[in-house]
Amino acid sequence: MERFGFVFLVAGLGFFILAFVVSAWLPWLPFTEEEFSKGYQTVAQIAKNPPLEFVELREQYPEAFEKAFAGKSDSEAFAEALVVGRKVYVGEACWHCHSQQVRPVGGDEARFGRVSYPEEYNNELNYPPLWGTRRIGPDLIRQAGLKSNDWHVAHFWNPPDVSPTSVMPRYPWFFEADDPKTPVNESLMPNKKGLSIIAYVQWLGSWQTNPRETLHGIDAIERAYQSVELSRFGSKKRRS
Amino acid sequence: MSAASSLTPNIGSRPGEVRLPLVSNGLVKWHIAASYFWLTIALLAGLLYSTQLLQNYHGGNSEIMSPGRVRMVHTNLIAFAFLTNGFLGMLYWVVPRLTGQRVLSHKLGWLIFAVWQALMLAMWIGLHLGEAQAVEWGETPVWLDPLIVVGAALVSIQFYTPIIRSRERSMYVSLWYFSAAFVWLALTYIMGNFFPEYIVPGAAAGAMLGLYIHDLVGLWVTPMGWGLMYFFVPVILKKPVWSHALSLVGFWGLAFFYPLQGVHHFLWSPIPMFAQYGAVISTIAVEIVVTTVIINFYMTWRGSESSLKNSMAIRWFWVGALFYFITCLQCAFQVTLTFQTIIHFTDWVVGHAHLVMFGVFTFWLYGVLIHLWPKLTGREWWSRKLNSWHFWLTASGLFLMFLDLTTAGLVQGFLWRALAPWDESVIASYPFWYFRALLGTAIVIGHVALVVNMIMTAAGAKKLHVDEDYAGYEEVDTEEPAAVAG
Repeated sequence: MERFGFVFLVAGLGFFILAFVVSAWLPWLPFTEEEFSKGYQTVAQIAKNPPLEFVELREQYPEAFEKAFAGKSDSEAFAEALVVGRKVYVGEACWHCHSQQVRPVGGDEARFGRVSYPEEYNNELNYPPLWGTRRIGPDLIRQAGLKSNDWHVAHFWNPPDVSPTSVMPRYPWFFEADDPKTPVNESLMPNKKGLSIIAYVQWLGSWQTNPRETLHGIDAIERAYQSVELSRFGSKKRRS
Repeated sequence: MSAASSLTPNIGSRPGEVRLPLVSNGLVKWHIAASYFWLTIALLAGLLYSTQLLQNYHGGNSEIMSPGRVRMVHTNLIAFAFLTNGFLGMLYWVVPRLTGQRVLSHKLGWLIFAVWQALMLAMWIGLHLGEAQAVEWGETPVWLDPLIVVGAALVSIQFYTPIIRSRERSMYVSLWYFSAAFVWLALTYIMGNFFPEYIVPGAAAGAMLGLYIHDLVGLWVTPMGWGLMYFFVPVILKKPVWSHALSLVGFWGLAFFYPLQGVHHFLWSPIPMFAQYGAVISTIAVEIVVTTVIINFYMTWRGSESSLKNSMAIRWFWVGALFYFITCLQCAFQVTLTFQTIIHFTDWVVGHAHLVMFGVFTFWLYGVLIHLWPKLTGREWWSRKLNSWHFWLTASGLFLMFLDLTTAGLVQGFLWRALAPWDESVIASYPFWYFRALLGTAIVIGHVALVVNMIMTAAGAKKLHVDEDYAGYEEVDTEEPAAVAG
């Protein structure tokens, strides 16, 4: 047990591989079954039907769309916006302050909506999934349609304008500059990054038929208090 | 201890052969110097981020200094630039002494040194430019990942060579940890940065991301930390480790249980529940095993109580071990599904991470620095007082920060569960974040004291009596002339 070969092979390789099998490969196994894996979606499949918010975004900012997506809000443009939006989301570390995972505990269900389930992460935009480990702002996986495009534009320009206590920084580089020399921006026109990140955030949770269903009602709050005690993983069918 | 018996070099034993130094002090010195350069950047990034959270954006919003990017700079530089450089410096000092063999090549060492700093520079710039990867603690831009794996492989070859060539029949404890850690680092990095990025999506990738975060601590930083403790503590105290049996239990327990725990970073998530239960159980198991290592340290130290006062290095090791005990005890509780309902996503976790990465492993590297810097520069510490200031500012600042963030986490978690409006959890956090920034300032001031002292020592005139030509051969100096505080 004190020889190099033994330590290297047993501890270095053996135990690592054992752990990989037990805590990475085994949990992966159920997701390789056909019933699950056939639900996998590529970006093109996700973007097949661009949501209303994206079309609206084009109508609101035709000029910006002309520059960014050749003036189109079709599935091709939406696919591109999702990919760029995700890259911005990762590059700005949005996911270090906003989780993308609703847990069955801690009041999450009443606050954000349906508890997260594996199927919704089974797509090309979850390489890797952006669950996050810290919430300074709220969870975003049920965000689609909760706020208008206008709200997001105002929010990315200066978060305290719409959410006074927010500690979120401003993102002026998501906007076309009126005059690069001054910080004043009268037109508030999002650039490609801005349009894409809004499209991406408006997509999060859009696969839920009614994302607002469980939000902020008195009933929902009461249910959530029960769920603290009662809910366990796998009880996702409760609210299908 | 076998360190003393294996110090005789085997090189130059045949007639006509050139005597090459066993240890390259230059490599040790420059890796350590680089590590403190990067620590400076990382600490400043942390302090900057803590003030940005208080809505201070320092005269406008700079894109490259956006808080999200600064946060990633802070965490990644700590792991790969500070800790890894510090460990490499330590390894260049320790491994040849324990094996009686040179590392594969000092030229390769300088190559690794240069390449690694270049990679860190590229990572630093890349993160500021928004090129991050969505792997927590591995946000290193994807185009750097393969190079980092190559770097890890070169490091492995460099240090496996003397270990394999060693004539000792059985390896000393430190070398068990090192022997496993090099291959663990490479495997962990590949698993965490390539599988979730290219091969596995969604929930299955989540499990691997949890493993990655955890293994980087448990299979790279921790084995390096305990490896150095098992070497430097007996050397400085001039006595052997208390129990060989306990060190065996500690090592094999860590090797078996540690890699099994990664999923505990995502409890109550869509990862299959059996994996979550397994991770919880093995976490509690490893905390029991870890206790044996801590007992071994304190029993070794027992009887040398005055060293806490007289040796600054031992003081860092001692406090680090105490914090290690606290984090491990904390772990055994916070890993349960019950605790997780409240503390997940809160500042509690941030406090825990700081106590582990800073309070334990950084403290231990401080101990190494205090012990080695005079030997490397040939000068006595310029100011013992500054070292004392550094100790008190850092240790008290860090521990208060841990208490502050832990409390903040409880406040946040209970407010969330009470379904208070989101704003309230932010408003309630402000005082804690102010205090955190204040403590961060104290830590940075302590760090300035240390860096000034390092530079003045290297440039200073207080000669240490070491024959430079034989620096690599000399027996480890146990007099510890520089480590006496104040």
